Amino acid sequence: MSKPKFAMYWAASCGGCEIAVLNIHEKILDVDANFEVVFWPVAMDAKYKDVEAMEDGSILLTLFNGGIRNDENEHIAKLMRRKSQILVAFGSCANEGCIPGLANFSPSSEIMTTAFNTITTDNPQGILPQTTYAMPEGEIHIPTILPRLKTLAQVVDVDYYMPGCPPESHQIAAVIDLVIQVLQGKAELPPKGAVIGAGNSTVCDECDRKRNVKTVAEFGRIQLIHADPELCLLEQGIPCNGMATRSGCDARCPSAGAQCIGCYGPAEGVLDYGARLIAAYGSVIGSNDPAEIDRILDGLVDPAGQFYRFNLAGSLLKGSVMAKANGK
Amino acid sequence: MTETFEPIIIGFTCNWCSYRAADMAGIARMKYAPNVRLIRLMCSGRLDPTFIFKAFANGADGVLVTGCHPGDCHYIEQNYKALRRFHLMKRVLVQMGLEPQRVKLLWTSAAEGAIFTAEINRFVEEVRALGPLNWNAAAIPVVETTPMEVTV
Repeated sequence: MSKPKFAMYWAASCGGCEIAVLNIHEKILDVDANFEVVFWPVAMDAKYKDVEAMEDGSILLTLFNGGIRNDENEHIAKLMRRKSQILVAFGSCANEGCIPGLANFSPSSEIMTTAFNTITTDNPQGILPQTTYAMPEGEIHIPTILPRLKTLAQVVDVDYYMPGCPPESHQIAAVIDLVIQVLQGKAELPPKGAVIGAGNSTVCDECDRKRNVKTVAEFGRIQLIHADPELCLLEQGIPCNGMATRSGCDARCPSAGAQCIGCYGPAEGVLDYGARLIAAYGSVIGSNDPAEIDRILDGLVDPAGQFYRFNLAGSLLKGSVMAKANGK
Repeated sequence: MTETFEPIIIGFTCNWCSYRAADMAGIARMKYAPNVRLIRLMCSGRLDPTFIFKAFANGADGVLVTGCHPGDCHYIEQNYKALRRFHLMKRVLVQMGLEPQRVKLLWTSAAEGAIFTAEINRFVEEVRALGPLNWNAAAIPVVETTPMEVTV
């Protein structure tokens, strides 16, 4: 009997998810022992036309990382959906947009200008890439940028969600173990739509730091504060997103003295990650006087970036009003 | 098009003061612009900013948040919590390109039906002057889901 087929694809992403997969060390041999890897652009040579030639539903498991930034990403997302029985939105980009999703604060025309036509680029004629170009051999095409970065679930039907930037390697190993057990008939798949490889609680729940005061008199940037190693970071005025962020990372950043920036995405039941953080931060500001509240808030230099660093494309508003003005 | 633009405004009221002010306006037959759709919460402190983001995502042109006067909250000081959240939320919305005039915080007591109607009328005209927002993020079509079929 032939082995079930496995694929992994990267759309608009950094490649960190692939490294996280390789970080499972010798467990990667279990993947090889139990699956036939048919398509994984970062690890092996394969052509889109090879995938197109496969029978629909012939790939058992596809881990899809990266957001949908251009029409090529969208095309491959639809292709992988058609060819796969189980499609997993793998990592923060595919789940909620992540860092590439921050581009949704700006219209795509501005993104092109910044990338190709500012002082840091030697481009005196202001040439922008054209998506089609006539060559003597025929017309050539490059992908077209979409007005907004979309999450995988905004484009195709997703079976499972695996958050994290990147997902922790021990979580990936646990998910691979589970799938192998399912293959051997020893376990059942979780229900469709489940969040896998993560906890059901918040980062604060996993964090060992002590919480006692409930008010913040001053916000500051972490590099300017000599933080107490035992005390809750938010109570010390360091913007920490643990209370709205899904658990699963063992509170890695706060344990190491850095604030949670929210890479595991919204906790269970949170509809809008940033809005939930606004509610939480608003609750702990230590003043009832409008002028003093504003002064304390001035310490949060970039609240939208603080609350939507990973989640903008997947949020209720999906991006700024300006980004919308540029297209649908 | 000669039709005037009719803004859609979602108004959140608290059970104890501002909703009573709306009630009082109704009983006294005071008129106010029909553009505002009032939603009653137990307290302005119950107002999760998610509600406001959802309103804008689904096509609201403006959002009004109302509560008891500072010091008058039925739940001691939850309206102060609403105030702090409102200040922070407004900063985020402005960063996202929203005109700050599209959100308004208003304190009214149960006796201030006249103030409530006057402020609503004023807010409607302010938002009308700004024109449609059309954020409408909910317009991204929801992908249809089908059950998984896995054959091992």
